[in-house]
Amino acid sequence: MEDLRNKYIRAIATAGDETALETVRLAALGKKGEVSLKMRELGQMSPQERQVAGPALNDLKNEIISAISAKKEALEDSALNDRLESEWLDVTLPSRERPSGTIHPISQVTEEVISIFANMDFSVAEGPRIETDWYNFDALNIPSHHPARAEMDTFYMYRSENDDRAPDVLRTHTSPVQIRTMENIGAPVRVICPGGVYRADYDQTHTPMFHQVEGLAIDKSLSMANLKWVLEEFVKTYFEVSDVELRFRASHFPFTEPSAEVDIRCSWDNGQLKVGEGDDWLEILGSGMVHPKVLLAGSIDPNIWQGFAFGMGIDRIAMLKYGIPDLRAFFDSDLRWLRHYGFTALDQPNLHAGLSR
Amino acid sequence: MKFTLSWLKKHLDTSANLDEILTALTDLGLEVENVEDPVESLKEFTIGKVLSAEQHPNADKLRVCQVQTDEGELQIICGAPNARKGILVVVARPGVFVPGIETTIGVGKIRGIESFGMMCSEREMQLSDEHDGIIELSSGKVGEKFIDWLALNKPSKVETTIEIAITPNRPDALGVHGIARDLAARGLGKLINNEVEPVKGNFPCPISVEIDKDCLVNTPVFFGRVIKGVKNVQSPEWLQDYLKAIGLRPISVLVDITNYFTYDQNRPLHVFDADKIVGNKLRIHKAVGGEKFIGLDEKEYKLSSGMTVISDSEGVESLGGIMGGLHSGCTDITENVFLEAAYFDPIRTAYTGRELKINSDARYRFERGIDPAWTPEGIEAATQMILRLCGGEASDLVKAGHIPDTSRYYKFDANKVQSLVGMKIPEDRQKKILTDLGFILKGDQAHVPAWRPDVLGEADIVEEIARVASLANLKGVPLPKKDLGISKPVLNTSQKREQIARRNIAALGYNECVSYSFIDAQSAQLFGGGSEATQLQNPISTDMSHMRPDLLPCLLKAASRNQARGFNDIALFEAGPVFGGIEPSDQDFQISGLLVGQTAKKNVHSKTRNIDIFDVKADVEATLTALGAPKKVQIRRGGNSWWHPGRHGCICLGPKTVLAVFGEIHPKVLKEIDVKGPAVAFTIWPNSIPVPRNKKATRLALDLVDLQAVERDFAFIVDNKVGASDLVIAATGADKHLIQDVRVFDEFVGKELDAGKKSIALTVRLQPTEKTLKDAEIEDLSKKIIEKVKNATGGVLRT
Repeated sequence: MEDLRNKYIRAIATAGDETALETVRLAALGKKGEVSLKMRELGQMSPQERQVAGPALNDLKNEIISAISAKKEALEDSALNDRLESEWLDVTLPSRERPSGTIHPISQVTEEVISIFANMDFSVAEGPRIETDWYNFDALNIPSHHPARAEMDTFYMYRSENDDRAPDVLRTHTSPVQIRTMENIGAPVRVICPGGVYRADYDQTHTPMFHQVEGLAIDKSLSMANLKWVLEEFVKTYFEVSDVELRFRASHFPFTEPSAEVDIRCSWDNGQLKVGEGDDWLEILGSGMVHPKVLLAGSIDPNIWQGFAFGMGIDRIAMLKYGIPDLRAFFDSDLRWLRHYGFTALDQPNLHAGLSR
Repeated sequence: MKFTLSWLKKHLDTSANLDEILTALTDLGLEVENVEDPVESLKEFTIGKVLSAEQHPNADKLRVCQVQTDEGELQIICGAPNARKGILVVVARPGVFVPGIETTIGVGKIRGIESFGMMCSEREMQLSDEHDGIIELSSGKVGEKFIDWLALNKPSKVETTIEIAITPNRPDALGVHGIARDLAARGLGKLINNEVEPVKGNFPCPISVEIDKDCLVNTPVFFGRVIKGVKNVQSPEWLQDYLKAIGLRPISVLVDITNYFTYDQNRPLHVFDADKIVGNKLRIHKAVGGEKFIGLDEKEYKLSSGMTVISDSEGVESLGGIMGGLHSGCTDITENVFLEAAYFDPIRTAYTGRELKINSDARYRFERGIDPAWTPEGIEAATQMILRLCGGEASDLVKAGHIPDTSRYYKFDANKVQSLVGMKIPEDRQKKILTDLGFILKGDQAHVPAWRPDVLGEADIVEEIARVASLANLKGVPLPKKDLGISKPVLNTSQKREQIARRNIAALGYNECVSYSFIDAQSAQLFGGGSEATQLQNPISTDMSHMRPDLLPCLLKAASRNQARGFNDIALFEAGPVFGGIEPSDQDFQISGLLVGQTAKKNVHSKTRNIDIFDVKADVEATLTALGAPKKVQIRRGGNSWWHPGRHGCICLGPKTVLAVFGEIHPKVLKEIDVKGPAVAFTIWPNSIPVPRNKKATRLALDLVDLQAVERDFAFIVDNKVGASDLVIAATGADKHLIQDVRVFDEFVGKELDAGKKSIALTVRLQPTEKTLKDAEIEDLSKKIIEKVKNATGGVLRT
């Protein structure tokens, strides 16, 4: 019995691979294996003999089984180690490229502006880029002889000779959306109207198309002081600073009365704007109380309702916040610019996480 | 509007310093745009005396001068012909910035000899254009500051000039007097009002005036008088200095006087050469149309009917409110003049000026509205100045029409400022402001002065008070929330879709562009636009002449520009408006994407390949899914001409609704726009996606089955032009309950097949829900699938 044990334990130990090990297993424990045959012989033994040989054989069988399984694991480990040894890669090779696109700063900043004003209950209104003379001018208290018309460098659309309506225009500001909103919603109302506008001007700081956002709030007792608070909150949140100083300066827009231009206290450091500190003032928007004639044009009774409106340049506040130097490049679709100044798809602005990263 | 500090002080008795004045102006709404203060730029220059001037050994035209200065004797090399011993000069020492040559003086060698400064000409200090030599002063002490010398000897040269922007509502501030009035109301001094004494005429006016009845609306009043025996010489220096300081060129004393009143009182005037007026009568009337007129600018204008003109018996001599005529203009030999002061209405003046494209100081003022009530004072004041500066003798005044009645009043309500502006201003202060601005208060009526045509209602009165009291004092007051509690979402479906689409497409690797809404005619025509009806009347260039009918030409042009910069693999998209016509309602909203070049750069991991239609198809499908478009769509052909006819598909819902198009751009279009292909693109119309009827957040319950699914493959031989999706639809129809999914996994065209045939292989996934499928059941279903496909497409099972 001891011989048998030694024979198989040695054979297991020297088995070089899984096939050899299987051969050993069959020789010992297979149907006709040596140990199996011995176990079959137990039936012919006397009870006394069986009592001795039985447990011994069982022990032998178990020992061989566990030796085989231990050997099997050792063989697998060594095979795996060999494989792993051979599986070396140059991990400094470049990764597979994943496409990554960008969001244009105008879209990004528009969403930032929307998220801020949404917090103050302003919804978003839109209007057409091609406007009638009436919505773009007359309804906004700019009659056809008004010098402001000439100053706006308006683009006019084609009119056929037999069509004697005043030509439509490319809207020169987002203000016509004020009128459309008053017509559609009436009062009280709070909206902002972001979008593209057009003026026939092209030089270092002007492009024939740019973007504005208009704000309009009408209720029974809104005043310019409310307007100032709204703008202060906006500027603080947009520029992500804790404090800001706004300066209202008397000015004139035909569609507001009284009117004010608004400056923010700032300083400049290497061409980069710092809001809220310093000795400079930067003009960022125009605003005022909606002119009674404009309310009337929007079918709102100026004896009951009053409110404020403001407008600012989206491209301009984008340039200021993100340090983008040249307005013309916004519309050039240069890949280098889009990738450099663009935002990733997941940079969705919101107030709980902060507007920018 | 430009003026000098001393000009302002003729109208404003003030002790305020320059900074206070500038701050007040901007705050009042008269925004300061520019200040030129020569004192600032010349404060470092000092007076020196040339002790000796020797010929430079190495240069014919240069002299080596020893100059006595406040810092002792300096050696200065000078090229001026008049540099010589004994003269008093102005010296810029090293470190001083010389404005006329925009250079800071340094110590340096000139042709081998050291020089320690510069002696300056008037031009180099921007005092005049004089540059024949360096300044020689007739008086002064060595070491004295040059600006102190100027202030004493030539005060006009150290004048501070202020330029302000005037908003269109403030014609009164187009005269220095009106600016002074605003500052006085603010409390910066006292307005100086000079009474104008009428000039007694020495003889009856030989020229009469008459306004046509139908022209009285446009020219309600016209004053005139003849002054004979004048000398139209050069203006005295003070008047020339006034005009030069604000950028006007002195011409002759008569012209200069009219310019002076234009800027001093916003009172444009005109002076005719009386001897050129034929027929002793001037008639103010509407042009009939077609008249030719040569203006003082020596250009010929063709007049339209209705323009206000002033004619003698020979024809038009002047364009009322805009420009005088060359024929009757004054020259230096003019002896007898006819002086005009009239009121021309803003509307007619604006239209005439705009039509003839004349931008004159007169038009600028009349179209904003001058003070009609000051017309008689205006002509008297101008007469006095002409008599004083040109001599001569004045006739009686002639007058036609009447000064228009501008009297009106609005309610003055001291509470209105609080209500509209949110600022508390005591009633007394409010009244004082209005009175200082020239309003007359009677009870609760505020009567508007004639020089304020812009004040047309209560809100304007509030603005005047708030403006003068200063909006800088305004304190913000929180805007109440609309409702208590958390703000409601504000975006509507299409606004949300726009944001989702944009971020989804950017996540797929596209760079967002924002391009101009106008493109060139040729590109527009390639995309179904470019017609007369979509063109601008006044484009800024031929590249931007037509409204874009589609976003793709903009993206293709952008791709072409990027290719020229060396970028070959391009993914661009844009979401924006496109224009089918010129009416506001012709605008549509699109999202387009464009892929050009290869799917990736050359790399170690896989071979690169050209992008193809199935790349954009994947992107378009992903985006439509993100936008909540239905899964079940049809793909049709028959898209627009800019797509490759065989390689594009329209994703449709039913026969009419097109959600999107994807495909290859037509090679001809690529060639026209100069894009090197391959180029594939898509366009989505997000607003054509139906809004789901059920907008609840709850999802359908998830129904999981534990039974094993079975997959079976089939290959069919069909005609080349049969769509794989037809096979999929047919196979799916074999058992809508059991068949969970049908996928196309192979397309094969080759020699083994007959010409015009292809093989399409499908994997059909069967998902039993009640009991495991038996072989016979699967066999039956397979037969049914084969049958369905055959019936629908003529396809036969490939064996």
